[in-house]
Amino acid sequence: MNTPKFTLVLAAVAAALFIAFRLIGNDYLFFAGYTVLQYIVIATAWNILGGYCGYVNFGSAGFFAVGVYSTVFFYNVGQQYDVPLPIPLLMVIGGIMSGLLGLGMGYLTLRLRGVFFAIATLALLVVIETFVVNWSFVGGSRGAYIIPPSEIPVLGVFIHYLFLLMLGLVVLSLVAARTIERSSLGIGFATIRDDELAAEASGVPTLRLKLIATVVSGALFGMAGAPFPYYIGYVEPGSAFNLAYSVNAIAMPMIGGTMSWVGPMVGALLLSTLQQVITVTISSAANLLITGLLLIGFVILAPKGLVGLWQSFTAKGKRS
Amino acid sequence: MSQIMGQSVPEEAIGDVPLLAVEQLGKRFGGFVALDTVDLAVPKGQRLGLIGPNGSGKSTLVNCISGTLQNETGSVTFGGQRLDGAPAHRRARLGLARSFQLPRPFRTMTVAENIRVPLIYTVGARAGVHLTSSELEDRCMEVLTLVSLQDKAGKNPFDLTQVEMRKLELARAMAAEPKLLIADESMAGLSHSEVEDIVALLIRMNERGVTIIMIEHIMRAVMAFSQRLVVLVSGRKIADGAPEDVIKDKDVVGAYLGT
Amino acid sequence: MQFDLLINAIIAGLMLGGFYAAVTAGISISFGMLDIVNIAHPGFIILGSYIAYIVSTNFGIDPIVVAILALPVFYALGTGIYGIYFQSFEKRGQDPLRGLAFFFGLLFVTEVVLILVFGVDYRTVDTAYAGGSLKLGVMEFPLRMLVPALVSLAMFAALQLYMSRTFIGRAVMAVSQDPQALELMAVDPTRIKRIAFSISMATCALAGAFLIVIQPVLPSSGREYIGRVFAICVLGGLGSLPGTLIAALLIGVIESIATTFYGPSWAPAVSFGLLLLTLAVRPSGLLGR
Repeated sequence: MNTPKFTLVLAAVAAALFIAFRLIGNDYLFFAGYTVLQYIVIATAWNILGGYCGYVNFGSAGFFAVGVYSTVFFYNVGQQYDVPLPIPLLMVIGGIMSGLLGLGMGYLTLRLRGVFFAIATLALLVVIETFVVNWSFVGGSRGAYIIPPSEIPVLGVFIHYLFLLMLGLVVLSLVAARTIERSSLGIGFATIRDDELAAEASGVPTLRLKLIATVVSGALFGMAGAPFPYYIGYVEPGSAFNLAYSVNAIAMPMIGGTMSWVGPMVGALLLSTLQQVITVTISSAANLLITGLLLIGFVILAPKGLVGLWQSFTAKGKRS
Repeated sequence: MSQIMGQSVPEEAIGDVPLLAVEQLGKRFGGFVALDTVDLAVPKGQRLGLIGPNGSGKSTLVNCISGTLQNETGSVTFGGQRLDGAPAHRRARLGLARSFQLPRPFRTMTVAENIRVPLIYTVGARAGVHLTSSELEDRCMEVLTLVSLQDKAGKNPFDLTQVEMRKLELARAMAAEPKLLIADESMAGLSHSEVEDIVALLIRMNERGVTIIMIEHIMRAVMAFSQRLVVLVSGRKIADGAPEDVIKDKDVVGAYLGT
Repeated sequence: MQFDLLINAIIAGLMLGGFYAAVTAGISISFGMLDIVNIAHPGFIILGSYIAYIVSTNFGIDPIVVAILALPVFYALGTGIYGIYFQSFEKRGQDPLRGLAFFFGLLFVTEVVLILVFGVDYRTVDTAYAGGSLKLGVMEFPLRMLVPALVSLAMFAALQLYMSRTFIGRAVMAVSQDPQALELMAVDPTRIKRIAFSISMATCALAGAFLIVIQPVLPSSGREYIGRVFAICVLGGLGSLPGTLIAALLIGVIESIATTFYGPSWAPAVSFGLLLLTLAVRPSGLLGR
């Protein structure tokens, strides 16, 4: 399937989902669904750098939070001058901010071996969090309130609007991931993951490709984070920099499978839905425990994730 | 050509200029001198053998020429262009290909995909070249057929035998359509007839105009292949000349062949 | 007076650094020498804190004594974890990034289990010396900081002696540089790595006890040490115990000065910023090879 066709199919599925949710008409569905969609974007963003290039980012929460706080910042600026910015524009700004952060991090850590890169991302997370905690304009450690508009033209309920925006972002990120995967860029990314020296010797400009990956991945994180203040209404560093984002960003692609765009999506859909259910039925601590155990279990027992399990299952089926 | 590469020399002047000129090349690792002011000029079309005991700096020399490592002193000039500081991928695009001593396949890709990488990123990145996907397929199979791996195109590198892995390593370097190919010990562990196959393959490539530097321990292969032989010991060049003269040189016999 | 403040900030920093040295010793062995990126290490330190807490509050034993008794337990835990790590990642020759995700998962699970068992409240222990302090002129040494710092230095000295004087210690140093040479000496590198990793885990018992003597502990306290320990380990040059000690003292002093003069909320950024800078400029560390 070529990219325009794939985009159309995906957009049709998204539209059908939205209409179905509207028909059911339960707002809780939109609230829970928003979180699941947000995690699909986060998992896909992580996978572009982590799965395709083999560079593990532990600082996903930092990139997400830069999107979150970019919105808080421009919301406050908008309040001061009485020009409220529309959320889609805030998403673009958040994406640019996190993309720039990705570029900066890429330059800073370009020549680091994979493991050092991973540690550097953790350090970056703490540095950003410290700055936000000490920056009173965006609320500092006290946090900041965002007042969502109560009524939205055409759609009516505000959460429906947010859900729709995130749905659009999901379509955008899946199309981006799949397009990268099938282009020569994707092949270049895979050579970086497999062997950087050999990649260079085969003509792959590894440094430039890594920068592209950190920017694209960072921008997607930022765009996923930008609507978040409107979703929860009150942002404080503890929620924006929540380690759960970093853990889920890794766990979801690892559980789904890191080799293709399908894996992070499947992982995010399953794990995030499971988390919603467990949080409601048992507790949020139990939900995190299960996430951690699943991550450990999958990296040990099924390194290729659910997609890999499915592939070997169908391969066996064909043989017998 | 970009500014970083320094001034380029007009085409007609290249006639006298060697394809590769290594001048006063030096490289240290901490206190250890891996290469000590090495000079080496390779004219276009030559088949050069490079020998030396383990740790004599052969691989470091290859790494400095191909850009995997950057030299500290001296210079590398290729086709009249200074390469100082140029990253490995740019050297590859200029026509400088190398194979690694220990095969380094892209392990999550198939054999054919491994070959496609230099076709896309080296050949396809050169000015005026555009490969359609069917041309890409054709060239890929062509290269694989050269090393008789055409039946393994869809396999994972880890399903290959040791010999096939070495062939893949060599084929990936060949796929870049280089002007200069550096084969770093591509025959270790191969049987008598396989060594002959590879030597014949390299000579065929040379006849098509590719300059080749072969680094090898197997003297039979070196003698069959080389038009000229260079000996490296402790980071210094101790002999350089016709193979049959070099192996009789008493310094060489003492430092290398004698041990 | 500013000067008194500075002197005491440096002293507090040195003691803090002594404690950081204990926290980093294990990482210096596992990451620096064995190339095993155990980012779960700080999580196990917090586990050590809680074990010290339970035994100490129930039986009235000093937490540091509890930690010494718990050393074999943590050693055994290390042996077990290395076994899984070796079977699942090292032996299969898989990329180290999955190993990294494995340890990340372990960190997370340890934290969540502690939350499930103990809740999210701060826990503290009472020691005989908790309130006391030693005074020399304007200089003040709170015992709550001094005792852990001194025991930590003793542990460091013991580790350094073990690594440089015993056969296994030297083999550990060798395994990081040339595993093949070890095999030629008929030593099994896997066995050496297992022992070294177990030792690195055993240090968690002590470091955890120090932590809960110094300050109240939360299940999530480990997180703030992840960046810090790697900062120290990298700054000190990977795998060098003396380098680690110097880097730990350095970070301790810098953080303490930052806290005294700019407020505690800036302290974390100092060490992490330093780590980022080191990684960007000189990945082999300030005192690196």
